[in-house]
Amino acid sequence: MIDMFELLAIIIKVLVVFAGTLVGIMIMTLAERRVAGFIQYRLGPNRVGFGGMLQPIADGLKFFSKEDVIPGQANRPLFLLAPLAVMIPALMTFAVIPFGAPMEIAGRVVKLQVADINIGLLYILALTSIGVYGLVLAGWSAGSKYPQLGGLRSSAQLISYELAMGLAIIGVIMISGGLTLNQIIAYQQETGWNIWKQPIAAFIFLITIYAETNRLPFDLTEAEQELVGGYHTEYSAFKFAMFFLSEYANMITAAAFMVCLFFGGWDVPFIDEAALGGWGVLLSVASFLGKTAFFLFLYILVRWTLPRFRYDQLMRLGWKFLLPLALLNVFLTGLVLAVKG
Amino acid sequence: MAVVVKTYEPKFWDRFYLPAILKGLAITLTRIFVRKDTILYPEHKHVPAPGYRGLHRLNKHADGRIKCVACEMCATACPSNCITIEPSAAPWDDGEERYPIKFEINLLRCIYCGFCELACPKDAIELTEVYDFANYTRDSLVIDMDGLLEVYEVTSQGSIYTRQNAGQPVKVAQQL
Repeated sequence: MIDMFELLAIIIKVLVVFAGTLVGIMIMTLAERRVAGFIQYRLGPNRVGFGGMLQPIADGLKFFSKEDVIPGQANRPLFLLAPLAVMIPALMTFAVIPFGAPMEIAGRVVKLQVADINIGLLYILALTSIGVYGLVLAGWSAGSKYPQLGGLRSSAQLISYELAMGLAIIGVIMISGGLTLNQIIAYQQETGWNIWKQPIAAFIFLITIYAETNRLPFDLTEAEQELVGGYHTEYSAFKFAMFFLSEYANMITAAAFMVCLFFGGWDVPFIDEAALGGWGVLLSVASFLGKTAFFLFLYILVRWTLPRFRYDQLMRLGWKFLLPLALLNVFLTGLVLAVKG
Repeated sequence: MAVVVKTYEPKFWDRFYLPAILKGLAITLTRIFVRKDTILYPEHKHVPAPGYRGLHRLNKHADGRIKCVACEMCATACPSNCITIEPSAAPWDDGEERYPIKFEINLLRCIYCGFCELACPKDAIELTEVYDFANYTRDSLVIDMDGLLEVYEVTSQGSIYTRQNAGQPVKVAQQL
């Protein structure tokens, strides 16, 4: 028998998370352009409604009204499938991320998280990797050179950062002893944020999420100067918008993931959220949003500061620097845990 | 004499790139708060420096008579042949025997070099600071004598952009 309260709570949470992600994407597209403008002594888009606030809506309308071109040489089914293969995992990933302290409604505890599955970490890693398949598919199915090169690079990039990323997370799993994000956050609430205990892992993870989300300095798959946009060169109209949206959705998820793993998730330091009741929940959500916003801002700042890595430089960074460092981190963590007993 | 070539030896920390990256991030971060160079165009217009070569005008004497004597020196000096003058015998009798009955400048052919201004013996043709006279048709960008005289009326009372920025609407060359 399905519990009606549970069902309703889940539906509301799904809607809130979905709408929240979309609003986040809209804010990000605008923020990116405004901040880029500011960094370059410009103002950025400031004309469309309330000082540029409605720019993302105008962009969306434009994407809807554009002609949707499918190249003749494209593999049609795969070409149509690829944007979905990128977008759906991108929007699904956020489901396991807790965005606030558990809330008490009518005597029942509601977790502010769509799905509390016991392998939350693996779920996120798996889905973000599936997103890369979409990029490779998009690159291959378009049947033209630049997207193909972009897709190839995407797969090469995947193997060079993903190992280091996984190993960086292993350090966190070792000290907190659990694969669910709630466990990791609870651990951090008890003993302080993981950034103080796993600085090397946090550093590696921060670098690899830039590669994961195809953002500068690791946007080799797009590389508009050399690959004319890479995997999405042949895409237009709403299919292009889907790639665009999923890139930002991935960024939001990656930033939230970073916050959960190393910066205590929704935890507010020195405050016991549970004792504050409703205000505690609100505070925890605000704290989570604030921390995530910080990392999203860092994304933008890094994009407009660092030049792109070359293909071989990325490989070298991944295999010769990040991977050994991550292994060392796992070893050190193990050593400390063994000594402590 | 031997030239000393400075070679760059990366120091220990340089190999990590991090100090350099943090320095770069600090630079971009501070630039966010720096005053922006953007001029919000239709509301606020850039005032060109004196000597800017923009739209032409035909000057008038203090009594309102056109200064041009239709000598066609400007048309001769013009490297892009954009000036068309039709002279006629002057109706007045003070030594100036000719005056133009037609004076057209093709603003699309013009390269705004200012040679006409230099060639003119009567200081009749001049380039003004006006730069925003874009239009939709080619025909509308061939300015005639009335237009050139009107530009004089508008621009001889100080910078039109300073006036526009102060909130006074000034329209240059209505028929353009």
